Amino acid sequence: MKTFKILTLLALVVVVSAFAANAVIKKDRSGYDIGDEAGDFYLRNVDNAMMSLRDFEDAKGFVVVFTCNTCPFSIANEDRLIAIDTKYKKLGYPVIAINPNDPHIKPGDSFKAMQQRAKKKGFTFPYLLDDGQEIFPKYGATKTPHVYVLQRVQEKNIVKYIGAIDNSSRDEKAVTEKYLENALDEILSGKEVTLKETKAIGCAIKS
Amino acid sequence: MKRMLVALLIILTSCQERQKDYKEAFIEGSNIKALNYDGLEYYIQNHPSETLVINFWATWCAPCIRELPAFEKLGKEYKNKDVTILLVSLDFPDQLEALKAFVEKKDLQSEVLYLDDGDANAWIPKVNDSWSGAIPATLITGSKRKKFYERSFTYEEIEQELNTLIN
Repeated sequence: MKTFKILTLLALVVVVSAFAANAVIKKDRSGYDIGDEAGDFYLRNVDNAMMSLRDFEDAKGFVVVFTCNTCPFSIANEDRLIAIDTKYKKLGYPVIAINPNDPHIKPGDSFKAMQQRAKKKGFTFPYLLDDGQEIFPKYGATKTPHVYVLQRVQEKNIVKYIGAIDNSSRDEKAVTEKYLENALDEILSGKEVTLKETKAIGCAIKS
Repeated sequence: MKRMLVALLIILTSCQERQKDYKEAFIEGSNIKALNYDGLEYYIQNHPSETLVINFWATWCAPCIRELPAFEKLGKEYKNKDVTILLVSLDFPDQLEALKAFVEKKDLQSEVLYLDDGDANAWIPKVNDSWSGAIPATLITGSKRKKFYERSFTYEEIEQELNTLIN
């Protein structure tokens, strides 16, 4: 009988520890979390003008996206970003693209190359160089493309969504969930964002 | 007593059983196996090697290409310690010819797999909850421990990490 008890206990211990081993330990990542206030920046746009978030007096918020010239995922998403900017700028949420890569490491991401790319693709949004690579670590961006939706609440820019544009960055035709647009639509209709953080494969930022 | 042991065994093995919905097929004209994430998980769990060094890469990812020789060398040097290198490609589905050509040209000796699973938001956290999705990224799984890295490696660095996990 005693053996029975010990064995039952042992089984229980093993089962419980098996679950414990599978428990997910959330790691802190650096940078902004949902609900944090995002800081402003002062960066050079492809039109050579310096730009900050406070320049946009009428904006209700922003779609800040870290992207670049060279990453295939960024390239695959250029048309989608133009479409989102065109649709949501009118509603108070312009796209602001920032290239976080160090041009010394990735010559294809030089300021001149950015200007050429913006012109060739007809970017409807500003395309800024994170000169000195100081802004992307503040946000906690790790890859391109990496999207942050900010909502302006009493002069503060609050982070409302972090992650991917949709659920198929490689192939636009296979998109079934538009994470970014869903988040923007929910914010615009005064709702809580349902899916606040999503993940996608991207190119590590080169700094 | 014996019956209890059998019951215990059943309890333990039933924990291991999970429904699998995995797909696998070879890429036409190559030895590269294409898997969805469930297939990759199954492949890793049932791999005969004691220790796996799983590197997520792509032909379009410059830092990934730069560190491949380090992983190739690691595979050669640690073969007798039952370590296997798995190079999991995240190339685009329309770039498989480029992937095949690259593997042939570089004569890669490590096992190359192709992860064909567009639903990254679902599978990235399954690899590791801290992974943002940037590549290169590497997962080392041993019999006792596993560790995940979202970074690039030199040969010395990856060798050191492997040694801390297998010794």
